[in-house]
Amino acid sequence: MEKQLKILKYSDLSKLIEKFRSQGYPVLAPVRKGKVVEIEQVQSLDEIALDVLLSTQSAKKAAFPKVEKVLEYTLEKSGTKQFPVDPADYKETILFGVRPCDASGFKSLDAIFGEEPKDQFYLEKKGKSTIISFSCPVADEYCFCTSVGGGPGNTAGSDLQFTGISKEEILVEILTEKGEKLAATFADLLTDAGKDIDKSKFLADVKVVFDVDGVVEKTTASFNNTALWLEQSLRCIGCGACAFVCPTCACFDFQDEQNTKKGVRLRLWDSCGFSLFTLHTSGHNPREVQSQRWRQRIMHKFAYMPEQLHVVGCEGCGRCSRACPVDMNIKEHLTAIGEKVIV
Amino acid sequence: MDQQNIYQPYLMEIEKITEEAPMVKTFRLKFKNEEEGNNFSFHTGQFGEYSVFGEGEVTFCVASPHTRKGYIECTFREAGRVTSELASLNEGDTIGFRGPYGNIFPIDDWKGKSLLFIAGGIALPPMRSVIWSCLDKRDQFKDITILYGAKSVADLVYKDELAEWKERPDVKLVTTVDPGGETPDWKGEVGFVPTILDRMTPISENTIAIVCGPPVMIKFTFPILEKYGFADGQVYTTLENRMKCGLGKCGRCNVGKVFVCKDGPVFTRTQLKELPDEY
Repeated sequence: MEKQLKILKYSDLSKLIEKFRSQGYPVLAPVRKGKVVEIEQVQSLDEIALDVLLSTQSAKKAAFPKVEKVLEYTLEKSGTKQFPVDPADYKETILFGVRPCDASGFKSLDAIFGEEPKDQFYLEKKGKSTIISFSCPVADEYCFCTSVGGGPGNTAGSDLQFTGISKEEILVEILTEKGEKLAATFADLLTDAGKDIDKSKFLADVKVVFDVDGVVEKTTASFNNTALWLEQSLRCIGCGACAFVCPTCACFDFQDEQNTKKGVRLRLWDSCGFSLFTLHTSGHNPREVQSQRWRQRIMHKFAYMPEQLHVVGCEGCGRCSRACPVDMNIKEHLTAIGEKVIV
Repeated sequence: MDQQNIYQPYLMEIEKITEEAPMVKTFRLKFKNEEEGNNFSFHTGQFGEYSVFGEGEVTFCVASPHTRKGYIECTFREAGRVTSELASLNEGDTIGFRGPYGNIFPIDDWKGKSLLFIAGGIALPPMRSVIWSCLDKRDQFKDITILYGAKSVADLVYKDELAEWKERPDVKLVTTVDPGGETPDWKGEVGFVPTILDRMTPISENTIAIVCGPPVMIKFTFPILEKYGFADGQVYTTLENRMKCGLGKCGRCNVGKVFVCKDGPVFTRTQLKELPDEY
């Protein structure tokens, strides 16, 4: 559909959240929790941390929660019984105030979970989420969205995008039919915007640092470049923090929890950085050392996903670098692959 | 099974338990829901996720042939958390099963050819499904030869079936145990699988070789096959890697860009050579 432009007053944001709440929509938005900013359910505008550069965790948990029940069963003398866990049991939800990199991060998850056989736990939640992103007026040294095809005002993956254009006014871009449907519920707060608003004036300046096609090409050819992966990962302690904050990482584990009578099977986030991730019962491990696990991380995102799912598994949000306890910086590593590797 | 929930297993009743060897058991599993059982089909080479509720899931092949309907079988060695729990269960108990997953042995393409099965230890189960599927259509193939080795006589699995194959005039069965693993009344060969294979001087012409076994056996068996002129496309094997979902999503069984669960577990040696060293 053709994009529509509207104006919303900052002073009406509070009313907007109230409207969503009164219509029964759960609203997920960035919330300060001590030193971290989580994406959590909110009741009103004053809970929302709209001024933060980026939430600590990505927005992916809206459709791919950290912990999710996929099975429920009882243990009885007469035999185990299962009770259906319905993936469709999820309310239409509004994801509010996330950044463009989070909104576009869903395209990687869409590709992984949308492949046959489809994962309805993810697809139902994603399908029922309407995403209102806020473009980025500022960026920091970890951001590199523009190097992987995104940008501070990238609208891919968003249903609506808000951009502050003055102290009083927000430019509202209505981008999808889902966004249009939601916007209709607060049409009274919107006025028409002129066509001549130059959104780019209000966006952060994020310099392109590498050519993503080159990085993809070089990564794809570098499986056997042992020295490269070793050099890049010498510092890595395999803590998995990078995967847990990443908007596109989709690897998961299953664990059962039960008492004597009943139990659940849970799906939980996992990380290819952990040595246990691929360990066989025999003791054999196909990815025995950290450099092989780092290679998997980079190759999955920059070689296997582009080739098989036609999407680069990175949004340039820089969260992995911010979260890394040993200061590994993915922007620098990717730049190095682009510059140093000879194909 | 709920088509919406791809992680929901079928409930299976353990109908029969066979003690195969020390720490090795075979379960015959029956669908608790008859309709699910009637609608279920698989092909030889495929695998599934077997679950002990409360402990989790474990990956094995379906060890029974796809030509036998109404049940599936799995053979496993007690090795980790879930298999230990499995081993403690009794006939009549319930477990879960998700599957079938993965690709298949293209036995229809092998019509008119001779088949050489080479298996070691606990790797006979994935091959047993293929062997019986082929024996059930015996007239479609030329010579069928089975070479099976284990550490010791006690470690040989499917002893009844080995005896049956031994008796069959249309199957050539060679069994061997590692040096030191023989008993006084052992009538089979003594020696490692590759050594015995070499002694058998296999004929590669119009023959498919199917090799399943521990990595070290495979490593030394391939050169012997090569010595007798087996081209890479004539040699099949199965890979195993740690898995959780079995559906190409959880992200751990990949070898380079190839998912063992989805693109495998059956590979020709040609395909194997194209894979990076990550299995």
